Amino acid sequence: MGISSIKIPDVGEGVAEVELVEWHVKVGDIVKEDDILAAVMTDKATVEIPCLFDGKILSLGGALGDTLVVGAELLTIEHDGASSGAVEAQVNVVASDAPEEPDEPEAAEEKPASDNAPKPVIQPAPAAKAPEGGNARAPRPEGQPPLAAPSVRARAREAGIDLRQVAGSGPAGRILNNDLDAVFEAGSGPQTSTSRRREGSEEIRIIGLRRKIADRMALANARIPHITVIEEIDVTAVEDLRAVMNAGRGDKSKLTVLPFVSAALCRAIADHPEMNAHFDDEAGIVTRHAPVHIGIATMTDGGLVVPVLRHAESHAPFAAASEIARLAEAARTGKATRDELAGSTITITSLGPLGAVATTPIINHPEVAILGVNKMAMRPMWDGSQFVPRKMMNVSASFDHRVIDGWDAATFVALIKRLLENPAMMFMEDEA
Amino acid sequence: MKRETCKLLILGAGPGGYVCANRAGQLGIDTILVEAQALGGTCLNVGCIPSKALIHAADEFHLVRHLAEGNPLGITAAAPAIDLTQTVAWKDGIVKRLTGGVAGMMKKAKVRVITGQGQIIDGKTVEVETQEGPLRISTESLVIATGSRPQDIGALPFGGDILSSTDVLNMQSVPKRLAVVGGGYIGLEIGTAMAKLGAQVTVIEAAAQILPQYDADLTKPVMARLKTLGVTVLTGAKAAGFGNGSLEIQTKEGPQTIDADKVLVTVGRVPVTDGFGLEGLGLTMQGRFIDIDDRCRSSMHGVFAIGDVTGDPMLAHRAMAQGTLVAEVIAGNAARWDKRAIPAVCFTDPEIVTVGLLPADAPDAGVALFPLAGNGRSLTLERRDGFMRIVYDKGTGLVLGIQAIGAGLSEMAGEFALALEMAATLTDIAETIHAHPTLGEAVQEAAIEGLLAQQ
Repeated sequence: MGISSIKIPDVGEGVAEVELVEWHVKVGDIVKEDDILAAVMTDKATVEIPCLFDGKILSLGGALGDTLVVGAELLTIEHDGASSGAVEAQVNVVASDAPEEPDEPEAAEEKPASDNAPKPVIQPAPAAKAPEGGNARAPRPEGQPPLAAPSVRARAREAGIDLRQVAGSGPAGRILNNDLDAVFEAGSGPQTSTSRRREGSEEIRIIGLRRKIADRMALANARIPHITVIEEIDVTAVEDLRAVMNAGRGDKSKLTVLPFVSAALCRAIADHPEMNAHFDDEAGIVTRHAPVHIGIATMTDGGLVVPVLRHAESHAPFAAASEIARLAEAARTGKATRDELAGSTITITSLGPLGAVATTPIINHPEVAILGVNKMAMRPMWDGSQFVPRKMMNVSASFDHRVIDGWDAATFVALIKRLLENPAMMFMEDEA
Repeated sequence: MKRETCKLLILGAGPGGYVCANRAGQLGIDTILVEAQALGGTCLNVGCIPSKALIHAADEFHLVRHLAEGNPLGITAAAPAIDLTQTVAWKDGIVKRLTGGVAGMMKKAKVRVITGQGQIIDGKTVEVETQEGPLRISTESLVIATGSRPQDIGALPFGGDILSSTDVLNMQSVPKRLAVVGGGYIGLEIGTAMAKLGAQVTVIEAAAQILPQYDADLTKPVMARLKTLGVTVLTGAKAAGFGNGSLEIQTKEGPQTIDADKVLVTVGRVPVTDGFGLEGLGLTMQGRFIDIDDRCRSSMHGVFAIGDVTGDPMLAHRAMAQGTLVAEVIAGNAARWDKRAIPAVCFTDPEIVTVGLLPADAPDAGVALFPLAGNGRSLTLERRDGFMRIVYDKGTGLVLGIQAIGAGLSEMAGEFALALEMAATLTDIAETIHAHPTLGEAVQEAAIEGLLAQQ
């Protein structure tokens, strides 16, 4: 019998650490070779780690949501093999880099630390650091004062947060600024008192994609002073044009309104290059991009992902439509590649038919602008002599107020409005 | 009668009161500070500062005497003499400079300082007897910061040869034989200084050990040093009366007498809760102290209390922290007392520093100790007595308390308090580089000892 410690493998792409998002085994489980042990997540991809031996799980190296560095112990296993030691796991990439391309993962054969190592290598499981007993537990026993540095306590005090209710992820259960960030992100709505009161609470650990989203939103909202411009746009003309273009296409893919919004955005950026940019606020540098790579915020079962319509400026409407449809499908099925999920220069967000009257889009850091598309609706509009029914769609566009002035933001949105209300202009090279 | 109004009135200009006034002024609150005596309260005038000045003078004098007696360092010095009148004048100079500093600070913060005895009329009105006559002040908020005074005992009323801690700081000559009634930190600090200045000192303590708030491990090095300095310590002994240069005491073995020219009574301090109309407010009390919540609010709306008048530990830095807190509360800021640690320093020889829990407070906790005899810097200072000690949670390594005893270790109080406030673990301290060669290395060594014990 041997005991091996299975390590987090190098998952490539220069990734130094992964987040543990799923355990498929628990201590004491009997596993077979190739059984999936756990799923870990890198920046974008989820990776499954299969077992290398038949054997029995002795200890787990972390709790869900823990960040483990490459080379850290994932778990220890007792197996029939003669050798003991540390072994790097293999990986199965499940949600990234082309699933149809079953390239050999960087693989790790069994590398016994030493063939004649007589003693099993069982490192104390880092899991001991994680709160035992799962998520349902109160942050700390009743009456025990919360542990936090004075600066963290002051921040909580000013925000009116009761630290006794905050779980600490630091050593000895110390509450860190990150733990507070999570509380801020979760928000706390006002308590309403009703005749049918409910008691109790449920703690939901924010992990995986949701945590990535949370981190990015917190970053964007904390760092970027947003200014949001809301404008109503008469899209009757676009809708008429769309109807004409879609007519008689049979089974072929049809145009939604999004390709037109994309075209209007690209055309408006030609006049406002400052909007298609990244702001590196630490270096104090704004980088304006020539290509327009539009991030299309897409709702998936796992949460919000943003596939990128690359070189939107070069796409004709039908090409854009089919590319957007393809990306959305890839995102929804978790098959979008890393490249397809990175590199946007400006973002469009839409809640589709749920799209409300107005929204306050959060900028996709480090971009400087985001265009939110709200719900289209037939509304009565005054044409100067009478009310006429028009198809109206509001847009809500947010800008990084540090580098975009309100005047420019308003001009930019007004231009988008003019283009969408006069769709022919979108396809002209002349100054709009 | 003249009238004034303000937003905040503070009764008492000790470390609690003046810090509160200063912060309030900085926050733009219209503030009046009322004090009958000199600014600075007990701390600056008759407490921390003058006693440490005296202790320093005594240390210097003792050092030269030690050198004159022959020493391994190869230094020769002539037999020194001390003119205590001049020492006291020097001490008064420091006090004056600091109280003047407080006055300047008040001026800068635009705080109006009114000299005179304040009398509370009601929770919103205070009448001050000033040199120009009575002044009636209406205020929105009232802060009671009246501090504490030395406690006397019936058998030995202050006066004549029976001295309070205040009196002893103004002595014009070193008494030949000094009896110190009360072996707490004040009695031992001054008793040690007087012994170094050449007095024959006897300490009489009613409890079974000196410094009853500490454990025996902490007091042992002090006892040893007192012995070296020729101080006689009688524990389990009570003073019964004084007359004709003879102090009567009761011990387990029966009555005894001790020859003494002066008797210093340091049996504790009592809050000042009378003489300024506090009774009329009918505040909820906590024993002898004003009961306050975690925002220093008393039971009456708009009336706050800070410092010694609110209870133990009666320490200037606690009062200062409360003073700042109250100013913030009155300014409408979210402030609350949530300190994990109030360090306490005892300026005996060697000095004792304690922060957080003692081993006796946490029976299940781990205790790691590193003796200064193993510290290089300590040996170069001709001292090898004392130690650093960390009380920690065995499960997590969380530091629950730190104590140290050794020459010059009072300066460690800040590091210790910071460790507790930051919720440091043994690893945090062990992984922090401590400069070499310093006494402070010993706390890192203690943390490492604790980590080894945990493995």
